[in-house]
Amino acid sequence: MINEGVDKSKRQFLTSALTVVGAIGTGYLAVPFLAQMQPSVKAMAAGAPVEVDLSKMEPGQLLRVAWRGKPVWILNRTPKVLDDLKSLDDQLSDPLSQASLQPTSSKNHFRSIKPELFVALGLCTHLGCSPTFRPEIAPSDLGAQWKGGFFCPCHGSKFDLAGRVYSGVPAPTNLEVPPYRYLSDTRLIIGEAPEEKAA
Amino acid sequence: MKINRFAGVGNWILDRFPLAHLWNSHMAQYYAPKNFHFWYFFGSLAMLVLVNQFATGIMLTINYKPDATLAFDSVEYIMRDVNWGWLIRYMHSTGASAFFIVVYLHMFRGLLFGSFKHPRELIWIFGMLLFVALMAEAFMGYLLPWGQMSYWGAQVIISLFSAIPIIGDDLSLWIRGDYVISDATLNRFFAFHVIAVPLALVLLVFLHIVALHEVGSNNPDGIEIKYTKDANGIPLDGIPFHPYYTVKDLVGVGVFLIFFAAIIFYWPEMGGYFLEHANFIPADPMKTPEHIAPVWYFTPFYAILRAIPDKFAGVIGMFGSIVVLFLLPWLDRSPVKSIRYRGGIYKKALAIFVISFVVLGYLGTQPATHGATIVARIFTTLYFCFFLLMPIYTRWEKTKPVPDRLTKTTSLDDRMLAFAATFDQVTVKQPITTKSGKVINMRKPDAKGILIVIIRLTKRLKESFD
Ligand code: HEM
Ligand code: FES
Repeated sequence: MINEGVDKSKRQFLTSALTVVGAIGTGYLAVPFLAQMQPSVKAMAAGAPVEVDLSKMEPGQLLRVAWRGKPVWILNRTPKVLDDLKSLDDQLSDPLSQASLQPTSSKNHFRSIKPELFVALGLCTHLGCSPTFRPEIAPSDLGAQWKGGFFCPCHGSKFDLAGRVYSGVPAPTNLEVPPYRYLSDTRLIIGEAPEEKAA
Repeated sequence: MKINRFAGVGNWILDRFPLAHLWNSHMAQYYAPKNFHFWYFFGSLAMLVLVNQFATGIMLTINYKPDATLAFDSVEYIMRDVNWGWLIRYMHSTGASAFFIVVYLHMFRGLLFGSFKHPRELIWIFGMLLFVALMAEAFMGYLLPWGQMSYWGAQVIISLFSAIPIIGDDLSLWIRGDYVISDATLNRFFAFHVIAVPLALVLLVFLHIVALHEVGSNNPDGIEIKYTKDANGIPLDGIPFHPYYTVKDLVGVGVFLIFFAAIIFYWPEMGGYFLEHANFIPADPMKTPEHIAPVWYFTPFYAILRAIPDKFAGVIGMFGSIVVLFLLPWLDRSPVKSIRYRGGIYKKALAIFVISFVVLGYLGTQPATHGATIVARIFTTLYFCFFLLMPIYTRWEKTKPVPDRLTKTTSLDDRMLAFAATFDQVTVKQPITTKSGKVINMRKPDAKGILIVIIRLTKRLKESFD
């Protein structure tokens, strides 16, 4: 290369300008490359609300339905269960559901619109396994204190029958309650909040 | 003449491509220390397994369907209906476990002989990047059969990213491509598993070896052979890689293949450790299996995750247990490399580390009961202490003088003679007359001899930890 009589500052300017232009171009190209990994329009559109018929539910029964590909539980709680729930507060990490996710209509002690019918997303708030339904009282593996609840097989998180998490387990918050609404006394729609229709 | 034409083609290539130069500088005139032993088999074995994964992987791709409704059945189809499909799949799935066995031994060799220390820090960093890429490759491959374990394992691992504050939820959504693990996730994992990560692996192996050949191999004595060269500039303690080590590595390959074949033919699922039982049930997004555990090679890290009773801290602990490995070259302050000349503290610390790793690995396969969690917490602490206290104890300890030249290793003959002598010591001869009147010498165990040998061996074990 002939370096004599070269205007170095001009060369430097061209190099810098090209670097900047190249970097901006790369940045713009990165957007579609990365954004194509986002959920597609089709995936976002899926997730229509589901209707559930409650007329055949027995006391204590747990019904599982799929909503947006996730398990949703509908649990018919007996008066005894509701009684037991009141005695657990000091063993729970968020008994009043302050830090947990639920529609305002379910932000109460029983975490539901009607106390006897509990609706929750059946995915552990730790890392998303689906906890096992363990309604029995004081089974040998869960200890004498157990008043019925959900046990997550993945890393041992425990929840009571209102989906409230016990303290000292990896799950940080209570089970999420999805938006739902009663269409009639025996029909439920999951995926639509009561507030939306009222407004 | 034929020969000349053949040579002519050879020369035509040599004039245009540095084949001879490459061969000489990396094989025939690459000088490696002459004292490589057992622990030095695993680098070349890792390359062999990598080739196996490529070959069998491409063949599996020919019949596999990356679609949530078809994937599980296509794997069953490969197992039952494709000619030799079972063999190819088992070679691939067993190959994945073999890869981790080989790489863990390869890494442990590094800890024994200080292979990660100056000037080989970059080889270690490339190695760690290989390890991370390998874990990503194995994790994404495990989703492809679309069994119960595939599904829920992926659910848990991708959720790990959602524990990161602020960006976590968007990040895990971006990885999944959907609100749950779904066809979108399966399809992209297929793309990564089959092309993206394998490309990265090949590139990293190339960088790993280039970096190694720049500084030269370490050895069991931890002595740089480059410091003592003959008049021609060839290390006095070095031997050309080819033919000496190509032949040695072939022995390793032979022994490895015997074990590999035995597992493929007789224990391809390894009692649920290599292929988990729950993965023979198709994925069900409504129900998690009663007992979920990752494949054995992830269990130590998984046990650390479970041991910490806080979501974000658990994730930090798990990733941290891998990050500390990256930092090893700078945590170790000992002036000597090889365990042969280190002080007793490092040896004991290393022993504790190995025990912690194995115990955590075992606990990771077991349900998280209360007692198991306590034990996991103790060993998680020990795991981290090995690394985090290393700058202190490696500076403290008294090392032994390192010789200038490589030491002689005990030959196989000597070892066999020593073994025969020990055998003599623990048994007594007892002449027995058979029915036909012949006298033969039976060997009977000798209590006193056994005691003496046990005492000697314990003494030697104790000394070796000083
Ligand atoms: C795909 C995986 C890998 C392959 C194919 C591979 C291959 C090799 C080969 C062929 C060698 C030279 C032979 C030997 O020393 O055994 C080597 C050396 C080495 N490897 Fe790896 N390796 C892999 C992963 C790793 C990992 C995960 C680490 C650790 C983090 C690592 C650390 C090292 C070090 C420190 C050396 C230098 C050893 C010395 O000079 O004594 N490698 N590797
Ligand atoms: S996913 Fe439920 S405890 Fe971890």
